[in-house]
Amino acid sequence: MTPSKSSKDTKINSIEDLTYEQAFTELEAIVAALESERKSLAESMTLFERSQMLVQYCARLLDQAELKVQQLSGESLTDLNLPA
Amino acid sequence: MTQLPLFQPPTWSVTDLTRYLRQKIEEDDVLQDLWVMGEVSNFSRPSSGHLYFTLKDASASLRCVMWRPNALRQSYLPCDGDAVEVHGSLSVYETGGVYQLYADTIRPTGEGLLYQEFLRLKARLEAEGLFDSFRKRSISRWPRVIGIVTSPTGAALRDMLNTLRRRFPLVTVILAPTAVQGAEAPAGIIAALQALNQTIQPDTILLARGGGSIEDLWAFNDEGVARAIASSQAPVISGVGHETDFTIADFVADLRAPTPTAAAELATPNQDDLRLASSDLAERINRTILAYLTETRWQVTNLGNRLQLFSPRSRLRSDLQRLDELSRRVVLAQVNMLRFQRLQLQNPEQRLAVLNPVSVLNRGYAMVLQPDGTLVHSVTQVNAGDPLDVRVSDGKFSARVTQRTNPED
Repeated sequence: MTPSKSSKDTKINSIEDLTYEQAFTELEAIVAALESERKSLAESMTLFERSQMLVQYCARLLDQAELKVQQLSGESLTDLNLPA
Repeated sequence: MTQLPLFQPPTWSVTDLTRYLRQKIEEDDVLQDLWVMGEVSNFSRPSSGHLYFTLKDASASLRCVMWRPNALRQSYLPCDGDAVEVHGSLSVYETGGVYQLYADTIRPTGEGLLYQEFLRLKARLEAEGLFDSFRKRSISRWPRVIGIVTSPTGAALRDMLNTLRRRFPLVTVILAPTAVQGAEAPAGIIAALQALNQTIQPDTILLARGGGSIEDLWAFNDEGVARAIASSQAPVISGVGHETDFTIADFVADLRAPTPTAAAELATPNQDDLRLASSDLAERINRTILAYLTETRWQVTNLGNRLQLFSPRSRLRSDLQRLDELSRRVVLAQVNMLRFQRLQLQNPEQRLAVLNPVSVLNRGYAMVLQPDGTLVHSVTQVNAGDPLDVRVSDGKFSARVTQRTNPED
């Protein structure tokens, strides 16, 4: 794994390292934070911008995803190309 | 001549006897719920849809009927010579004078044995606790790696991959190929499950096979396969055969899917739902932010209005007003003061006028003076015969005291 998990700051900076699950979970957390707490205007706007990026990122992950299929033979993996 | 007995034993009609036999048979619980095995002969299926055949073994035969509704439910129809097991109830066909088996189920003999075996193993594993619900592991909501144990050539694999591609293409699929029917299938399935757990550690394993006869699916009723599923680290979703097929693997699996396609569906979120969910979240954020901005703008306006009260301009305005008021009050005070002073001034004049001796003389009074000018204000100052000066308003004249009295008390 990349060292993106080591601190929160790097996580916030590198959205591209997030899995779909992480991005979506963060999006849910932002909604919860915005809906429940009183944030400063600056903080709200930062969260808002972050949420826009996350929404786009999630959509992009799904748009660009291509199912990866591999075959396990013994302990080695080989790519498997099957006609759809 | 032989003497006729006085009382003959009662004579039965054929109908009564047949009915009596029928009642006897139908009262017997054992005869009403029977499994009978034998070989099929004289099988016929007329246009009525009922089935007629005879069950035989080495030394006896039994006539059987299966009515149309039951016959329509049979997926298996026997042929002459088949070894079968028939379930039904015994009764008498009165018109023909024959007893026969009214069948509701016919199955090949081997299948019955397999089924017995299946029930025994199921009961044993169930007693051991292998099917207990607390053993079931939950299926990952966001799998990253899914292991598939199935035949590399079957339709099941293609169905599952299509489903995964459609629903959640972010996942990586690792196929552990194995035969899923035949004598080697159980060992192959066990090895595939173990290899996935040891080498890959997937989030979820799909154990699947397409539909087939019950013999085709038999590997999934193997005890070793059942134990391999139970000891798998990754949760296992089974999808074996069709919706109506239940195998031991289905009971042990953490989740049972009716088909391979359904197994792939249960293993993954649907990207349509995900897109909907994230656009829903985005909309909620937009709404919250919009409300926040609207409120903030309103607050700024409100604060602006309140600030107006404290601005120097408005203070100046109010100071000027205060100044106006003060100066008006000063003027008023001065006027009052003048008015008061004027009053003060008028009184002394009047008082002075009263004191002025001349004005007193004007009113008819006179001043009496001694010759040296001393004002006489007491009788003791004069004696009889003393000369006096009397002063009136327009001059003075001389007078003399003629008589003096003593002072009045």
